[in-house]
Amino acid sequence: MRTILYLLQKEFIQVFRNKAMLPIIFIMPLVQMLILVYAATMELKKVDLTVVDLDLSETTTRLTAKFEASSFFHLTRAQLSSSETDQMLLKGKSDLVVTFPQGFEKDLKRNNEATVQILVDAINGSAAELSNAYLQTVIGSFNQKIRAEMMGVPKFTPPQQVSVIPSYWYNPELNFKFYMAPGILVILVTIIGLFLSSLNLVREKEMGTIEQLNVTPIKKYHFIIGKMMPFLFIALLDLTFGLLVAKIFFGLPFRGNILTLYVFTSLYLFLVMSIGLFVSAISDTQQQVLFVSFFFLIVFIIMSGLFTPVESMPVWAQNLDKINPLYYLIRIIRNVVLKGSGLLDMTRELISITFYGLAMFSLAVWRYRKTV
Amino acid sequence: MIEVGNIEKSYGKQKALKGISLEVQKGELFGLIGPDGAGKTTLMRILVTLLLPDRGYAKMDGLDVVSDFRKIRTLVGYMPGRFSLYQDLTVEENLQFFATVFGGTIEANYHLIRDIYSQIEPFKNRLAGKLSGGMKQKLALSCSLIHAPKILILDEPTTGVDAVSRKEFWEMLNKLRHKGITILVSTPYMDEANLCDRVALLQNGTILSIDTPKNITAGFSKNLFGVKVETTTQRFECVGLLKEMQGIDSVFSFGESIHITSNQPAIQEIQVTEYLNGRGQQGITVERISASIEDVFMELMQNEGN
Repeated sequence: MRTILYLLQKEFIQVFRNKAMLPIIFIMPLVQMLILVYAATMELKKVDLTVVDLDLSETTTRLTAKFEASSFFHLTRAQLSSSETDQMLLKGKSDLVVTFPQGFEKDLKRNNEATVQILVDAINGSAAELSNAYLQTVIGSFNQKIRAEMMGVPKFTPPQQVSVIPSYWYNPELNFKFYMAPGILVILVTIIGLFLSSLNLVREKEMGTIEQLNVTPIKKYHFIIGKMMPFLFIALLDLTFGLLVAKIFFGLPFRGNILTLYVFTSLYLFLVMSIGLFVSAISDTQQQVLFVSFFFLIVFIIMSGLFTPVESMPVWAQNLDKINPLYYLIRIIRNVVLKGSGLLDMTRELISITFYGLAMFSLAVWRYRKTV
Repeated sequence: MIEVGNIEKSYGKQKALKGISLEVQKGELFGLIGPDGAGKTTLMRILVTLLLPDRGYAKMDGLDVVSDFRKIRTLVGYMPGRFSLYQDLTVEENLQFFATVFGGTIEANYHLIRDIYSQIEPFKNRLAGKLSGGMKQKLALSCSLIHAPKILILDEPTTGVDAVSRKEFWEMLNKLRHKGITILVSTPYMDEANLCDRVALLQNGTILSIDTPKNITAGFSKNLFGVKVETTTQRFECVGLLKEMQGIDSVFSFGESIHITSNQPAIQEIQVTEYLNGRGQQGITVERISASIEDVFMELMQNEGN
């Protein structure tokens, strides 16, 4: 046991003697919270909408005014030919083009039906889908309104319809920052856990210090734990710091228990560090470790559910996500921070990361050789 | 104290050790002499349990290097060929660290390292990476001694160290031997062989000879001459000419001079001088010399080659 203390003492001295360390600890969370959280937003605002009104009737003017009233669209009116509207989309001057054909109002009154053309720039698929859906909603509600008017139904007996009033729990204002900030903190602790610990171990190989260390009676698991603890400590410190930054700058609520989060994050870090140390146990240079870790990190992040919901992935990919550590912690941290979930609310995640961590730790200890 | 029996080790198809056997007595200063790639480091790594031998056995203080590796690690001090201490820790922190991971303290075994450590103690708060080559070696030796090992294994400790530090280093080893520590040291410098009690000459993974330095040089049976020349160009020309001379067995450039061997009594200094003078080489001196370890080594290598 005392050996571990001496190893930790050595590691801490080395970590804090490294001049790059303090900036990494304090600047990384600041940058991530203040830049990434704002930048990585999926909220759509100010979609460039061009309305080509060839009818110029009362109905089309009213509908155009509806579009204009929404903060969602940035509206331009233009009288363009169809080839000119194509150019608008092609040159990226407009994201959406709505065209009311000539005789729109006449068709509507005479045939009870009229067509409107909507062109959407779908380079960014999800943005296109979202803005189209929003446009449809505006048109849909307008539709109901004019139908009621035309049927001459008195105001006091509105037409029968089911109206849906959604209530968004845990994030009532659908604040995207509340959703992103915890997820981005997961990336932060992952980078610290995965990279710093594994680079540290393989550096001993590169510098040759491992040769001297391997002839000492230090036990293998002592050594591996000695490589984990300092970075576990730094990662938890950074998590706390990141949450504070989020609270101060955009009022991120914290509904759960911070200790719950520490327990989950520690278990998670134990897992990712074991993966990292396993990679460095089978590598000889920092370059190899960086390359392999980076590859896995990218795959893990994209599949983690940080940007896109895991539920919308194909079933096989969802099953594959069971071995993605980030998938677990992103779920956990959002639930703890926004919902106030406790340890027992997420026993499945708790059990999964614990056993997964133990398995990877055993693998790392087993693969780390004291012989060369 | 150290017993090596028919050790073999290959890296892939490359045979690093081809059946090596040797024995080192307690309190002996034993040298492994050989050029780079002879197998010195491989043998040492097997002895300090960093490598497993393919075949054969090795025992350290009666303990097998494969099955008793844990016990061996506590009784052996090892100094790798490459500086392997933490460059970002200070002199004192390094020493402290290696003392404690062996479960001891600096104070407990300070008497063993006093002579060596006292020389670098004024710099104890300096980072190890900022030390000079000679001081690094002293620190590395201190760190490998701080747990009071019975056996000390030093892999080329004087490579890349200046002449003064090298001399000091060997004096330190001599003192440690008098304290009863068995020392196995490797070096590519033949002149250091004379400072050992016994040496093994290693070449291409085989042992050419094991004996005291005196016996090894005494076993040199041929006549050996040193040829001194005036310029480098002349040395090249003379080497070429001597190789063609009848009755000469070998010709080697030895720094400033040329060493030639012959086992024909008819060839003496005067014959060599006349031969070279007759081919336009003036101002040379030839004298009979006694063999150094290096001469023996060259001779043994040549025999091996044939």
